[in-house]
Amino acid sequence: MLAHACKHGYTTLQYVLVYGCRMLDADGNDQGGTEQPDMSRDIALRVYEAMAKTQIMDDICYQSQRQGRFSFYLTSAGEEAATVGSAAALASTDEVFAQYREQGVLMYRGFSFQKFADQLYGNMFESGKGRQMPIHYGSSDLHFQTISSPLATQMLHACGAAYALKMEQSTSISACYFGEGAASEGDAAAALNFAAVLGVPCLFICRNNGYAISTPIHEQYKGDGVCARAFANGMIAIRVDGGDARAVYHACSYAREKAIEGCQPILVECLSYRSGHHSTSDDSSRYRSNFEALSYPCPVRRFGHWIQSKGWWSDEEEEALRKHTRKQISQALSEAASQPKPDLSNLFTDVYAQVTPNLQEQMAETLQFVAKHPGMVPPGVPINPPFLRGMDDSQLVNWSNGDQD
Amino acid sequence: MILQPSSRLSIGFGIGLALRRQHSRPAEHVALQASRHDEATNISAPAKHSPQNSRVAHMNMANAVHSALEAAMELEPKSCVFGEDVAFGGVFRCTVGLQSRFGKNRCFNTPLSEQGIVGFGIGLAAMGWKAICEIQFADYIYPAFDQMVNEAAKYRYRSGGMYNVGGLTLRAPYGAVGHGGAYHSQSPESFFCHVPGLKVVIPSSPMEAKGLLLASIFEPDPVVFFEPKMMYRTSAEDVPTGSFTIPLGKARVISTGQDITLVGWGQQVVVLMEAAKLAKQEGVSCEIIDLRTLQPWDRETVIASVEKTGRLLVSHEAPLTGGFGAELVAEVTKKAFTSLLSPPVRVCGMDTPFPLVLESIYLPSALRVLEAIKSSVLY
Repeated sequence: MLAHACKHGYTTLQYVLVYGCRMLDADGNDQGGTEQPDMSRDIALRVYEAMAKTQIMDDICYQSQRQGRFSFYLTSAGEEAATVGSAAALASTDEVFAQYREQGVLMYRGFSFQKFADQLYGNMFESGKGRQMPIHYGSSDLHFQTISSPLATQMLHACGAAYALKMEQSTSISACYFGEGAASEGDAAAALNFAAVLGVPCLFICRNNGYAISTPIHEQYKGDGVCARAFANGMIAIRVDGGDARAVYHACSYAREKAIEGCQPILVECLSYRSGHHSTSDDSSRYRSNFEALSYPCPVRRFGHWIQSKGWWSDEEEEALRKHTRKQISQALSEAASQPKPDLSNLFTDVYAQVTPNLQEQMAETLQFVAKHPGMVPPGVPINPPFLRGMDDSQLVNWSNGDQD
Repeated sequence: MILQPSSRLSIGFGIGLALRRQHSRPAEHVALQASRHDEATNISAPAKHSPQNSRVAHMNMANAVHSALEAAMELEPKSCVFGEDVAFGGVFRCTVGLQSRFGKNRCFNTPLSEQGIVGFGIGLAAMGWKAICEIQFADYIYPAFDQMVNEAAKYRYRSGGMYNVGGLTLRAPYGAVGHGGAYHSQSPESFFCHVPGLKVVIPSSPMEAKGLLLASIFEPDPVVFFEPKMMYRTSAEDVPTGSFTIPLGKARVISTGQDITLVGWGQQVVVLMEAAKLAKQEGVSCEIIDLRTLQPWDRETVIASVEKTGRLLVSHEAPLTGGFGAELVAEVTKKAFTSLLSPPVRVCGMDTPFPLVLESIYLPSALRVLEAIKSSVLY
């Protein structure tokens, strides 16, 4: 089936493909020729819901950031199919190493709106304890390693994790997301080579979205996209229309099967488009035209059209989903905003497994400082009893922070 | 020689197990792992853990490092040793025979990429494995700087403790060797001491190397372990063949003295001992401290010593400016200011790239240390 789908070469605004995998046209109509079994109704609906929820969350969170409710956000507009479609092809225990624009993967795996919101606000319920900028999600329960800002570093971690899974004779693989800009980093070259040479079950999912902040692909690489790097490293690669959730799902399902079967890495290059700005700190109208940005067909609408044509989805269900989701997200954001921040001791914990003597000393000095200058403690940050334990009374005198709410 | 009883190692294991990846694995994983453990553990012998029960063998530092790696791989089936050329035994022969003993999957060559080696090790460690990787020379560690500083060091902190790479141990030979020149002689320890989240350890004898390396491997934090390559062949002593650990963060007082405290690590400890011998002939009594762990370093032992002697000399091969000696001097000056009889001094490498022909002048030799001891005492 995949081989058949791969025969559909196509051209978009930016890409002339040697070959490509596409199953839906720009409007979401079945391109035809697909053999059974196709994506099941259950998976299709779950994929669509996750895509739509991601899109709605992105809209609301982007606006919330613009209103100053939190410091930073980035949307995955245009790439919902690449992230959710691939997530649907993975097992829930596959270890995910993401770049940073993969909220769709978490959404598919069931990360709650509340958990997203807690992270954005960096409150005390955030699993990362408010130590990283918004959107640096992580969830050990969902096998989603915590995001870090440096690019392509996670590609090597995915190799090492896949090696562990191979040694444990696990039925899971590791899945690594990265952009075409990240693929220019040295770590990306090392990772593809390591993965191939060491024979690890790792699925490299490249979101080739056309831009690295403002740098377009023709200023990023000269060769045939990111796929060509896989071939050069002795690795199978599939290029797929990243705006087509159905095609992404099939390509990744096939790739995952091959990765396990041959205990080998595989690269899937999703040709997608970053329809939004790079982040809330970016204005893409400075380096690309609105016409270009608006020309890219919305992957959510495309996939929605297909499931409607199959009779699996209706306008009423669509409206209900959107309305309900908007309400849930707004509630989650309000709830997250009202929670206290992680307490002061979190500055010093988790640097090492145990708080080292120099950190204990700095902790004590910090407490003395904030006792004198309570206004320096950011609003909403409690100084909880464990942090006070071990301090004598003289250190506690005059301790109160009028700014706490 | 400070040797810890076997119970220390058991405690280490308990911590290691408890700190493994905290999310649960599906049942089939557990079963698979268990069967693999059974298969692999039949080569390990728990009775050997205690140094009291174990025989000793005369080892140089390369032998001692090898012995530690072998012991770690026996004790922990979920451990791998990898790096450039390690499969055939490594360019310094520290991994000889590990591949034939533990299999190609647990001791293997990697492509030539330091960032690749460390990044791969981080991923392996994040899954609960002991990733023991070798960077062939400390001079070539810089491509891995980003992975070490931005990834390994921050893995636990940034995830709020959900994930950690405590299983990562990064070995690298460092320091002067007589003919290494600019790129086979460097001492880059201070870069890594400046990174919260990493621990930095440097042994000064075969016994120390084995005990500290085993402790580093089972430490629940990522450890950068620099081995003084001069000592691979030049030092030798009796070392227990079984497992034992020397705790991190504790300095070793090699000899007690009254007039001045000399602090160093790695090969420089030998130089300090030589200088102390020369100083003794001139009537100066030196207390020598081997720091062993640089991050976190043992403030208590060093400060107590300076409070007694009133003088401090720190010596390292790395260039003077911004070297780790500056950290010791600053902290001791703050904590033991009123005990000081003379300004703390540093005897270090020059602020130049590491030379070739002029190595003996660049290095903080015993005679340079002696001159500094005399100046300090006569201040």
